[in-house]
Amino acid sequence: MLELTGIIQWVGGIVTSISNSLGLPQIIIDIILILLIAVAIFAFLMLMALYLIWMERKVSGHIQDRLGPMMTGWHGWAQTIADALKLLQKEDIIVANADRKVHYWAPIVVFTACFAVYAVIPFGKGMLAADVNIGILYILSITTFTTLSLLMAGWASNNKYALLGGMRSASQIISYEVPLTLSILGVVMMAGTLSMGKFVELQGPYIWKWYVWPQFIGFCIYLIASTAELNRTPFDLPEAEQELVAGFNIEYSGMKFAMFFLAEFLNMFTVGAVTTTLFLGGWNPPLPALAFIPSWVWFLGKSLFIVFVIMWFKWTYPRLRVDHLLSFAWKVLLPISFINIILTAIGITIF
Amino acid sequence: MDYGYGLIGIFILFGIVFVIFTIFFAGLLRPQRPNKTKLENYECGEAPMGGAWIQYNVGFYIYALIFVIFDVEVVFLFPWAVAFKQLGLFALIEMLIFIAILIAGLAYAWKKGALTWES
Repeated sequence: MLELTGIIQWVGGIVTSISNSLGLPQIIIDIILILLIAVAIFAFLMLMALYLIWMERKVSGHIQDRLGPMMTGWHGWAQTIADALKLLQKEDIIVANADRKVHYWAPIVVFTACFAVYAVIPFGKGMLAADVNIGILYILSITTFTTLSLLMAGWASNNKYALLGGMRSASQIISYEVPLTLSILGVVMMAGTLSMGKFVELQGPYIWKWYVWPQFIGFCIYLIASTAELNRTPFDLPEAEQELVAGFNIEYSGMKFAMFFLAEFLNMFTVGAVTTTLFLGGWNPPLPALAFIPSWVWFLGKSLFIVFVIMWFKWTYPRLRVDHLLSFAWKVLLPISFINIILTAIGITIF
Repeated sequence: MDYGYGLIGIFILFGIVFVIFTIFFAGLLRPQRPNKTKLENYECGEAPMGGAWIQYNVGFYIYALIFVIFDVEVVFLFPWAVAFKQLGLFALIEMLIFIAILIAGLAYAWKKGALTWES
């Protein structure tokens, strides 16, 4: 029972049989099943976010030769839970001259945008909730809502730091969006599909069929550009504690602040998951002989490795200046990704 | 069990409802004692000077404009990329011309200094 597919089908069967015995119409059974899927993924993501925040603090601690949280539980495992409980009790301060409606909706948009992505992430064999045929295009479009929410948060706070942070994040995210999309294009050309499920199927079962080898340039561009999209160091100008004292979320407190924080870490896992699906073979084991380890363990392992690399970036590089940051996107990454597409196209035509 | 876009719609609704519920639930637990100083904007401890909704550096908008152009072009590239293997040499040459035009646009913007941050 290490593969979760069996459990999913089992639960689905139980729900269907109970609803059938009650005589409910098919549409209600479907809605109940969809809600169960959403709740399961949601619960997984909440645990993942708690774990990622702990992991970030531990990784940063050990990279800087200190221990990180140690007091709450074994090696501080309960630290994030304590923080979440603390944030739940914090007063919700909305500054007097803020735009109240936009201020209220910004955390909703940021969380929804990052949660809705997980409808099309293949977590394991048979663990893809919605295999829509434009999966990766959907992910690209829905993650762009993060820009909107950061801009909303920055604007609504009516605070100079917040607005500057929001503007910076908007210009930065849209600049890196273009090379990011172009780097995915190489994989799309090789696979001939946009569906997340198909990407994984095409990359099995051997490690040399992973797209990271023929698309290595695309992989590097994707990783750099998505680090920039996450607003993380070395691209963390929108937050920049030392100059903007936290940027767009400066006027947020309590649960609304927690939503921004949660979304930041979930987006980090999203990047790990999408990189895994597109370039690292998804839930496929490197060799068929290693298939006795369940597919979702491979998926989580690869995704968390990418997340670890992104954390590693954060504690290794200093922050870029805004002009360097933007010219790096337009003058370095964009030409390289065009060259990558042309090379991929010629390569596919020749071979 | 493939529900497609219905499931995506439920996910979006679920996200919205979750955040609204959490903010509401936290509202039952947290203190609510606003005062005038607390509701002032933060500006490093000083009284804020004027609002933040002011005219802004035009550089941000230039980047936004270039982004709109390039992102729309990239969306045009997606259907081509999906069908690329079936289309063969003709599609390759046609798309090389398209990308050449894009690169010419990039070179023009570069030469005009639209990609240089002016402070």
